[in-house]
Amino acid sequence: MERVRRWALPALLLVASIGAWQLATSSGALHLDPLLVPSPAEVAEALWQNRSLLAENAGVTLREVLLGFALAVAVGLAFAVVLHLSEALRLAFYPVLVASQTIPIVAIAPILVVWFGYGISPKLWIIALICFFPITVNTLDGLRSVDSEATKMMRTLDASRTQILIRVEVPSALPYFFSGAKIAAAVAVIAAFIAELAGGESGLGVLIRQDTAVLETARAFAAIALLSLIAIVLFALIALAERRVVTWR
Amino acid sequence: MPVKAKGFGAVAALPASDGGAGVGVSVRGLGHSYGDLRTIELLELEVSANGALGLVGPSGCGKSTLLELIAGLREPTRGEIALGDGASATARLARCAFMPQRDLLLPWLSALDNAALALRNRGVRRGTARRQASELFERFGLGGFERARPAELSGGMRQRIAFLRTLVAGKPVLALDEPFASLDAITRAEMQDWLAAALEADPRTVVLVTHDVEEALYLCDRVAVLSARPARVIEELSAPFPRAADRDEAVTDPEFVAVRERALHALREGS
Repeated sequence: MERVRRWALPALLLVASIGAWQLATSSGALHLDPLLVPSPAEVAEALWQNRSLLAENAGVTLREVLLGFALAVAVGLAFAVVLHLSEALRLAFYPVLVASQTIPIVAIAPILVVWFGYGISPKLWIIALICFFPITVNTLDGLRSVDSEATKMMRTLDASRTQILIRVEVPSALPYFFSGAKIAAAVAVIAAFIAELAGGESGLGVLIRQDTAVLETARAFAAIALLSLIAIVLFALIALAERRVVTWR
Repeated sequence: MPVKAKGFGAVAALPASDGGAGVGVSVRGLGHSYGDLRTIELLELEVSANGALGLVGPSGCGKSTLLELIAGLREPTRGEIALGDGASATARLARCAFMPQRDLLLPWLSALDNAALALRNRGVRRGTARRQASELFERFGLGGFERARPAELSGGMRQRIAFLRTLVAGKPVLALDEPFASLDAITRAEMQDWLAAALEADPRTVVLVTHDVEEALYLCDRVAVLSARPARVIEELSAPFPRAADRDEAVTDPEFVAVRERALHALREGS
């Protein structure tokens, strides 16, 4: 019953919202311009009619999101472990990392494109730049959350520093890492969108920009729906991995 | 879940790394401070090989710090601590296993893998480590709980596993920091019985910190009463019936009661 409610309630809300949207656009009661606000039925129609174009661009964006996210995980974990092991580096880097998050990536994205060219690599770096932060901060907090008594206990059981890291600190940090990764997954598609606007030839972001300019709003909404879908699936996959890995909670 | 407390020991003991002869503990002129805060002053203690010393004292008197000093987790500010012929922190760490107040079992490992941690840390293969640790599970009445996760176990069971983890390390000296403080009275009495029998079956040198005078006098040969900070020994008492087979009879004996009252009196005087 609880399981059913967990799925049924958000599904019901979603269906109700789409229903209200359909009603608002098709009834004409709100005098909405169909060119600016397409109805859900029109969006669905655009989705079907442009399926090959959308799939092609979604493939480009999906590849950027997955590779950029993987890069963020690698960079984020490396940062977390290094900053955990070295107090000097942590003191030096941590405030700088926090400060780096105040830089508007939207503003520097075009510069990154100039630096790295128009291929996929600037997009990966932009995505990684936005996504690594929650992963680093959460994982670092997790590594540092270990009880000092547990560390002492391990030391008297002849554990080396590396063994304490692997046997105690890394498992303790896993739930924190997954929380960070879920936040990162949610913003990864936004990052991909920004990256494509800054300098892309294909992808859902490019398509949305072009369609908005020529008032192809139904297709733009269809592309936005696909973009959300990528984020939701990525989020769900991480949540699934978390349930498989963190079995003790 | 009743665990048969007495009569372990049919199986050969997991040998302590010194070969079973035991290692004594000797603390001389010990002083320790955190900055300006003096926690321990001119402390003298002596524990014979395979003997058990209880440390009781007011809260915050530096008992846990003393235990960490003995275990080699800290360096003293002054004085000397030797476990057998080892006086450096590294040598003490090699000779002493530490059991913290909370069980601190790793929730992602089974009871068996928790108990086998010391072996795994020494590079013993997983299969071999599990086999060695599981022999102790049988011997100490924990057979059948090997695969349980810590979250599935009661407080008393978790403490038993934590104690096995300390024993499996095979070190001649055990430093126990209020191991049963978090348990209810009935479970605590059961655990004291169990620990007494475990130590009879597999003798080690024990330094036990506790706030429970009765527990110290039942489990240990001698009990040192410490003063408030900075800690020093204000009274040292011999326990009349250490690890007696009948706990209830032992702790109600007039001789035991008299020693307990002396210890409590010293404790009040010193705090």
